[in-house]
Amino acid sequence: MNMNDTLISEPLEPQEMSTPVNRPVEDAGAQSAKVEEGKTVGKPFADDPKFKLRNVEVFYGQERAIKNVSLDIGRNEVIAFIGPSGCGKSTFLRCLNRMNDSIDICRVKGQLMLDDEDIYHSKKDVVELRARVGMVFQKPNPFPKSIYDNVAYGPRIHGLANRKSELDDIVEDSLRKAGLWNEAKDRLHSIATGMSGGQQQRLCIARAIAVSPEVVLMDEPCSALDPIATAKVEELISELSESYTIIIVTHSMQQAARVSSRTAYFHLGHLVEVNETSKVFTSPEHELTESYITGRFG
Amino acid sequence: MIDPKKQAEIVHKSLKKRYRKEKRFRAYGILAITIALASLIVLFADIINKGHTGFLKTTITLDVEMNAETMYLEDPTDPDAVRMADFVEPLIQSLSEILPEATEEDRGKLRGLINPYASSQLRDELVANPDWMGTTQTITFLAHSNVDVYNKHKGNEAYSIKLSEEQQQYVDKLRDKGVIETSFNDVFFTSGDSRDPARAGVLGAIVGSLLVMFVTLVLSFPIGVAAAIYLEEFAPRNRITDFIEVNINNLAAVPSIIFGLLGLAVFINLFGMPRSVPFVGGLVLTLMTLPTIIISSRAAIKSVPPSIREAAEGVGASKMQVVLHHVLPLAMPGMLTGSIIGMAQALGETAPLLLIGMVAFIVEIPEGFFDAATVLPVQVFLWAGSPELAFIERASAAIMVLLAFLLSMNALAIWLRKRLERRW
Ligand SMILES: Nc1ncnc2c1ncn2[C@@H]1O[C@H](COP(=O)(O)OP(=O)(O)O)[C@@H](O)[C@H]1O
Ligand SMILES: [Mg+2]
Repeated sequence: MNMNDTLISEPLEPQEMSTPVNRPVEDAGAQSAKVEEGKTVGKPFADDPKFKLRNVEVFYGQERAIKNVSLDIGRNEVIAFIGPSGCGKSTFLRCLNRMNDSIDICRVKGQLMLDDEDIYHSKKDVVELRARVGMVFQKPNPFPKSIYDNVAYGPRIHGLANRKSELDDIVEDSLRKAGLWNEAKDRLHSIATGMSGGQQQRLCIARAIAVSPEVVLMDEPCSALDPIATAKVEELISELSESYTIIIVTHSMQQAARVSSRTAYFHLGHLVEVNETSKVFTSPEHELTESYITGRFG
Repeated sequence: MIDPKKQAEIVHKSLKKRYRKEKRFRAYGILAITIALASLIVLFADIINKGHTGFLKTTITLDVEMNAETMYLEDPTDPDAVRMADFVEPLIQSLSEILPEATEEDRGKLRGLINPYASSQLRDELVANPDWMGTTQTITFLAHSNVDVYNKHKGNEAYSIKLSEEQQQYVDKLRDKGVIETSFNDVFFTSGDSRDPARAGVLGAIVGSLLVMFVTLVLSFPIGVAAAIYLEEFAPRNRITDFIEVNINNLAAVPSIIFGLLGLAVFINLFGMPRSVPFVGGLVLTLMTLPTIIISSRAAIKSVPPSIREAAEGVGASKMQVVLHHVLPLAMPGMLTGSIIGMAQALGETAPLLLIGMVAFIVEIPEGFFDAATVLPVQVFLWAGSPELAFIERASAAIMVLLAFLLSMNALAIWLRKRLERRW
């Protein structure tokens, strides 16, 4: 074949261009290890959990993205979800505040209890659920409004403040907790999208905690940030862990090790192993977990 | 494996080929734009060349002697006496004083220089000022439209055929003496249509267009935006909504005259609404613009980044709050741009309005949505079809007015977009 033609007419397949993280997992040295459906090694259950999740299955149309996962998430703990790309971490996380509702083809089965209330109960109001379970996304997504309005939005729609001064207090408090007050206090009314990426992400965290949720879900909150901004956000997560239950999805095992107390390893929709973070990273019980953390596949 | 040296050579050769392709492609683009621009310039130059004289009028300023004997008028405050009086004679007399070479037989030719309505103007002014009786007043009248075109197109045979040899000489002489003057045509912007080209104006058509546009905007924008929001945000995806979607897309391509037929059949024949009125015109154009507005509004809603939606849902905004607080403000510039472009299309529309009778000869300036009216493009159509050169020239001038409206609407669309556009 003519070399020139190849260069011009056939762009590289997108999969081949991205990082090895996207490599199909089956081919990557894990042939020997098998996951048994519904079997999770380690300690998936806890006493008096915040979230009690049993036999959760998630379908995108016909495709089963989460396969019979059972897990407890304790009060005021930071739990990290790790695993190769496409293994269903985001899908599982988004079940916890029903963000999957807006995807038409997505169906969730199983029992998902928040403080003994079924969050998928037909009478359960998703607005109320999201006020209790806040979320921070992968890419910083502040509203194209002022910094103040970003933080004040949640309290406003939920009617959490009766007076302007109360709202001001909530905004200041949330920005302080998010470690953004000193940088933002002089520009509260300038547009939020004008800030740096790291500041925007901390603003999103401030926006999430402004409605005083009990749980904060974070889906790879640092993957779009530089190392310095990442360090700041990690520090913030550690501080927030005192008052909130935090569930964080991360690609970086160092990050999981730094911020979380428990770690859950997902593989192709299965929950393979859950244990204390230190245990998972020093002596993983499952072969697949070991392969993953030793970097045998991304 | 290709050896690296050879590889470099091959790439180098292919580079040249690639750059040649790129250059050729750029040349095609520049050529296309040049052709488009040239046609546009030719079009504009032609319109301006033919039409700019429509913005000029020719006047005759005469010293009129208000003589009771020549006018057969004793008392200008008596309506009956005024009705019987002769207001042409004093004008002719005044003219023949300036043109002594005109004999008694040439009176008709002199009369043909003055606008047929000049006598009514004199009558009205005298009635308003009865103390003018017995004095001589300097009054400016419109010239006859034949004089008007001859005066404005000096030396062009085609424009002088309506005047006799002598009349042409008279006009030349009057102009040298400063009796005949050319000035800005304020009449064109302050009056409605007329059988006399010199007194015909576009104000009636402009007001008609504004009334029609108002009805169209007030109906089509809210309905279109609401339909787009429903279809995009709330409608379930099923056969019925698919069917609706296909139909909206098809409606956008339906020839506008079909909407005129529909308006005639439904609004006028079925509902018994009056003909020729801006309200019905607005209804018909609403039907025509709705698909455009719905399609562009849906595109604007689709282009709102999903991350903003997620952010709002994440803090617990309900569906309605997500739409009202976030999607709508972000989609607004696109919706407005689409609507203004739809309105601009409607402004230039003639065919459907012909069918609902907005093509009548209407002198009065319409005062409401149920007064008989016409619109700018129909006015152009009417004048352009007239055999009189003076009307053709006014048609060109009206086209320029219409273009000015369209350009300012598009400028408004761009300004709004720049103004409301937000970055994220
Ligand atoms: N909106 C969607 N529609 C269809 N399939 C999806 C959707 N989102 C995720 N998936 C599929 O679900 C699986 C898990 O995806 P995801 O939860 O995003 O993985 P992770 O976050 O671990 O990288 C993948 O196979 C992906 O293709
Ligand atoms: Mg993910």
